[in-house]
Amino acid sequence: MSLIQATHIDVRHGATHAVQGVNVTLEAGEIVTIVGPNGSGKSTLLRALIGAVPVDGGTIKAAEGLRVGYVPQKLHIDPTLPLTVRRFLNLPKRVPTAKAREALARTGVDHLEKRQLAGLSGGQLQRVLLARAILNRPQVLVLDEPTQGLDQPASAAFYRLIEALRDELGCAVLMVSHELHVVMSATDRVICMNGHICCEGTPEVVTAAPAYRELFGTGTGGALALYRHEHNHDHHEHGCDHDPASVLSAEDPVS
Amino acid sequence: MVRALLAGVGTALACGALGCFIVWRRMAYFGDATAHAAILGVALALMFSISVPLGVLIVALAMGLLVGSLSGATITPDSLLGVLSHGALALGLVAVSLMPGTRIDLDAYLFGDILVVSRMDLIVIWGGAAVVLAVLAWRWQALLAEVLSNDLAHAAGLHPARDRLFLTLLVAMVVAVSIKVVGALLITAMLIIPAAAARMIARGPEAMAVWATCIGIVASAGGLYAARFVGTPAGPSIIVAAAALFCVTAAAGRLRG
Repeated sequence: MSLIQATHIDVRHGATHAVQGVNVTLEAGEIVTIVGPNGSGKSTLLRALIGAVPVDGGTIKAAEGLRVGYVPQKLHIDPTLPLTVRRFLNLPKRVPTAKAREALARTGVDHLEKRQLAGLSGGQLQRVLLARAILNRPQVLVLDEPTQGLDQPASAAFYRLIEALRDELGCAVLMVSHELHVVMSATDRVICMNGHICCEGTPEVVTAAPAYRELFGTGTGGALALYRHEHNHDHHEHGCDHDPASVLSAEDPVS
Repeated sequence: MVRALLAGVGTALACGALGCFIVWRRMAYFGDATAHAAILGVALALMFSISVPLGVLIVALAMGLLVGSLSGATITPDSLLGVLSHGALALGLVAVSLMPGTRIDLDAYLFGDILVVSRMDLIVIWGGAAVVLAVLAWRWQALLAEVLSNDLAHAAGLHPARDRLFLTLLVAMVVAVSIKVVGALLITAMLIIPAAAARMIARGPEAMAVWATCIGIVASAGGLYAARFVGTPAGPSIIVAAAALFCVTAAAGRLRG
């Protein structure tokens, strides 16, 4: 059976219909990415699925005792809150130190264990958040715009890490992203959203769909162009100074 | 004097750890609004002949719930809290002036009257502190996670909205128990200053809560000492001592880098 099965989800923010009749199912081991323009309700949908936003219609069924690892879009790290990385991993449940170190090592940030959370860079913080999310050996890893604020090599490396974790833990991955061109390569299924679901399927199917082209455009500046451009390897005429293939195999920028 | 000291220590216990959450969640103005409503609570308690701490607790709690329920309208939370906070204080002062017959020592409720605490006051203060500490210990991990991200808390099966109600209740309780010690105008100071001072020298949330409590206790003792031997008003003296300790820890924190 599916890990998560959501049918006809409706979420309203006052008068606006943020999410409208959306169906989402998540099977074990698959990576599903929700894409969409700003304000398309993709983050709202994700937050509804984890129970942070009440739904106004529809049903969400989760497998019995489903373990969810969640990576929030951002943390509110108030400068008045002293918190080390190690102590953060104890939230909301305390974990043995060996387990915490193992998770930090897995995401490549074990050297940050004693550092204050507020002093980390964006990329370091993302990896710490990811380490916390895999502590309970989740069956589903949920990530909300995990690479916001990272540059392209760093995001590419992050998505590769997520793919590797999926293979190791056998967990499903559900994430929201606006970085179409980067995320496509590491995704099994794409859901393109604009309030409702416009289209969904493999990255190839979605990028070819008219509804997707309508949302993201087909011009040279559009994401589709970027996506194709990476796969065609014809970057020179666009004045691009890096090799996309090496971007995807970039060294971990954090370590 | 022993009673006064016990009252000060009890208040510091109630305020220390809770004050950390007030600072972390930026609820200083919320604390002010709740505390300022206390004067209205005093007036109503006397009007209906119920115990003053109970009246203060009820009105402070009502204020806390009101503030919590009003948000996201056309006015910023900051201004809204300003309206409620000062509106409640003024309404309380007006209500007290309208009380027929009774003469209320308003200063005692505005600035505290720690030197004349009764045995009953002590029971209320220590009982309140025990409840506050027990609830904080019980919800500690959840409250801490919720400071960082409500979504993260939701995903872990916690209930941030319910825990926020607990915090509101605790702040109301602290107001009810500390009005006798530092007075309605300075209760927020008792919550915030020790926590802010502790921040300068603590590296973890638990350490910060313990330091805040210790700093509150030392400030109470120092303020009482000044009240006794220099003749300054006790409540404000306690806050002055806390502010002085803040300067000390800020300097210490800076030296340590």
